[in-house]
Amino acid sequence: MRTTDSLLEARRELEICNACRYCEGFCAVFPAMELRRVFNNGDLSYLANLCHNCRGCYYACQYAPPHEFGINMPRTFAELRAETYEEYAWPGFLAGAFRRNGAVIAILTALCLAGVLIAAALFQSPAVLFGSHAGPGAFYAVIPHGVMVAVAGVTGLFALFALLVGFIRFWSDIGGRAGDFFRPAPLARALGDILTLRNLGEEHGCNDQDEAFSSLRRRFHHALFYGFLACFASTATATFYEYGLSMISPFHLFSLPVVLGTVGGIGIVVGCAGMLWLKMASDQAPGARRLLGGDVAFVLLLALSSVSGLTLLALRGTSGMGITLALHLGFVLTLFLSLPYSKFVHAIYRAGALLRYALERRS
Amino acid sequence: MTDLSKPYDVLVVGGGNAALCAAISAREAGASVLILEHAPKAFRGGNSRHTRNLRTMHQAPTATLTEAYLEEEYWEDLRRVTGGETNEELARLTIRSTADALPWMEEHGVCFQPSLSGTLSLSRTNAFFLGGGKALVNAYYLTAERMGIDILYDTEVTHLALEDGEIRSATITCRGFPETVRARTVVAASGGFQANIGWLRRYWGEAADNFLIRGTSYAQGKILADLSEQGVMTAGDPKQCHAVAIDARAPKMDGGIVTRLDCVPFSIVVNRNAQRFYDEGEDFWPKRYAIWGRLVAQQEAQIGYSIIDAKCIELFMPSVFPPVKADTIAELAVKLGLEPGALEKTVADYNEAVRPGTFDHRVLDDCRTDGLSPPKTHWARRIDTPPFYGYPLRPGITFTYLGVKVDERARVMLSDGRPTANLFAAGEIMAGNILGRGYLAGIGMAIGTVFGLIAGREAAKHAHN
Ligand SMILES: Cc1cc2nc3c(=O)[nH]c(=O)nc-3n(C[C@H](O)[C@H](O)[C@H](O)COP(=O)(O)OP(=O)(O)OC[C@H]3O[C@@H](n4cnc5c(N)ncnc54)[C@H](O)[C@@H]3O)c2cc1C
Ligand code: SF4
Ligand code: SF4
Repeated sequence: MRTTDSLLEARRELEICNACRYCEGFCAVFPAMELRRVFNNGDLSYLANLCHNCRGCYYACQYAPPHEFGINMPRTFAELRAETYEEYAWPGFLAGAFRRNGAVIAILTALCLAGVLIAAALFQSPAVLFGSHAGPGAFYAVIPHGVMVAVAGVTGLFALFALLVGFIRFWSDIGGRAGDFFRPAPLARALGDILTLRNLGEEHGCNDQDEAFSSLRRRFHHALFYGFLACFASTATATFYEYGLSMISPFHLFSLPVVLGTVGGIGIVVGCAGMLWLKMASDQAPGARRLLGGDVAFVLLLALSSVSGLTLLALRGTSGMGITLALHLGFVLTLFLSLPYSKFVHAIYRAGALLRYALERRS
Repeated sequence: MTDLSKPYDVLVVGGGNAALCAAISAREAGASVLILEHAPKAFRGGNSRHTRNLRTMHQAPTATLTEAYLEEEYWEDLRRVTGGETNEELARLTIRSTADALPWMEEHGVCFQPSLSGTLSLSRTNAFFLGGGKALVNAYYLTAERMGIDILYDTEVTHLALEDGEIRSATITCRGFPETVRARTVVAASGGFQANIGWLRRYWGEAADNFLIRGTSYAQGKILADLSEQGVMTAGDPKQCHAVAIDARAPKMDGGIVTRLDCVPFSIVVNRNAQRFYDEGEDFWPKRYAIWGRLVAQQEAQIGYSIIDAKCIELFMPSVFPPVKADTIAELAVKLGLEPGALEKTVADYNEAVRPGTFDHRVLDDCRTDGLSPPKTHWARRIDTPPFYGYPLRPGITFTYLGVKVDERARVMLSDGRPTANLFAAGEIMAGNILGRGYLAGIGMAIGTVFGLIAGREAAKHAHN
């Protein structure tokens, strides 16, 4: 990690925290900090990504502004985190996308939607686009199967590859090794931390709005996270149905892909709405203002992908199906393309930091 | 909205732990309560904001406390540190009540955690607040607001009018505007006077100007002075204060816990003339840190310098300010503003006197000096491995001991020995009744919590009669 103003600020604040340690009960960041006396750039990247932004240490800090020590860990870590995303992004020339992330994602969404709609209008007759289709292959009547698979495959693989490169860069920067991924106990511990969000105030709640403790943020995040997993599972089972069982979508309302997709979609919508509401309603003092745009854009994109998917389910027997399908695919395409350049990346770096923490605790 | 024209049942002066406990317990007993806190909201909570634990009696292990800590042992610990300068009746009342205070605290929003790293020796006796004292204070303010207690920040109580043993009214300055408030009862929980340098100067002379105040700058002792001028009986020695040696680069006030330095037992400490003045290795640091404030205060210009070499730099908790670092003793002396020749001689004499031994910082080891005055009796190793490090030290005042005298119902006593009718006190303003001298980690919050609860309950009861 290169040296930046946020990094220097994080180092300054952590050196004060390390002489204090009052916050060590809140999360993994403080025990990890206590293992060190000096914080090199990689350590700071690790700690920033380990921070779950629960804001407990801001409200508990006797040195929070206006105190002259001016400690605001959640904000400082959030700003540094955003810079680490840039640092590890691949290909490097796209790193700038993190800087005005809200605008970038908004423009990308507009482009993808326009692209899909224009392509549909150009290559498909209005009769097909606005007609109602039923039975197996109804979706592919509007957008051909080959096109869908090709676009999803190419963008999906690209996103995966870009995320992987970013992760490898992060992992080596914070001092990780390849062999670390073959140690079951730390892996299990890290997985547990991820699935339960232990560090987001599992026991006492976190300061998601103000100095009062609450578990809302963790619950909304769970809805979003498990909703996302359910949607992923839905896509995976659908692929299996098509290729393994030679069944052609749309599937029956009570089929596994549809049930998983519906439940997941609702989870995502509820989670996103909750997260957005918390972002708006909460005290802004421990937040990083300039990152708000990107955060909101990503959550909105997720929400719109789900809403359009659920709408598609509702309208699939009607003449509205064609256009809804195009819109849904437009949002999903944006999501795929922006995965490595949006707030989504927090998931892989947080997971990496939690694994590093689990490894450190054992040695 | 706060309406100052209507009389409240209970007026609480101050906004720290003792004040909040009093306010909440009075409200729970059905009283209408007004809290007046001199500090603005961002700095509310006085010294309590800087704390981390409370010493509590317990019969059996709890989620965050190990083993048991019974009344007799607690009392013995207190008697020993105070050298008997305590009121046994009030002390035992406090000790016994801490057992019930803990669940009360949890019910009112305080969260606990296992003891902090670096303080494992306290895991049996002290309950640690999750996030420290500011988190505790936040929890109580939230509870107070939810219970309908009125709170005014930026509001100083300047005078409590005492007539015939009864408080008739309070004169206040609310956000700069003078007002008069009436209340049926008053709880004084306004802390000590340690931030009032002028007052400290009465006992310490000019030296007081060089003291650093570890906690809130709002501990001006105005109410304590006001009450004693009106014939309230005091308790505790006015000259006594809890003073530790802290980093001289700390802010003048409110530097809190991070400015402490734990390097002294591994170092030699010299004064401005580069001369040693006390046995740095007399005992374990937690048992000795509280005498070093006074020791440094007695030196010229109230400053000391703790000098170590590379062998010791990782043996103690990291410091908030980096040490001054140099490759030679002479260079270190220059950087610290000391006479190089004098420091070289002090270090050479010390190195000469160090006897061989087996260094172990976890026990009172056999590394000591021979024929040196003053001696260093443990952890003495030659200072010979560069780089060399120096930390400047100044006295850091935690709190003062002088307070008002109270009885077991937290009623403030008049100098003729009678209790006041409607004035109660809790926290540092009365801690001198129990802690006449010395210090026991976590006793400040214990006294504030226990007497806060008593004062609130008694005040509410009196207001209803
Ligand atoms: C760095 C540090 C660490 C400490 N750690 C511990 C610890 O771990 N455990 C422990 O038991 N003790 C600890 N102590 C001691 C502890 O802080 C005190 O014993 C305790 O906080 C006293 O509580 P209090 O409510 O009486 O006073 P305070 O918390 O100081 O509250 C006094 C309040 O009164 C207000 N006030 C003052 N004058 C007026 C006025 N005229 N009008 C209106 N308001 C006024 C102040 O603004 C303040 O809010 C520590 C102290 C320091 C400085
Ligand atoms: S955030 Fe503040 S209270 Fe918490 S460890 Fe850091 S300095 Fe201490
Ligand atoms: S904001 Fe929460 S998760 Fe982040 S460092 Fe502070 S306490 Fe830990």
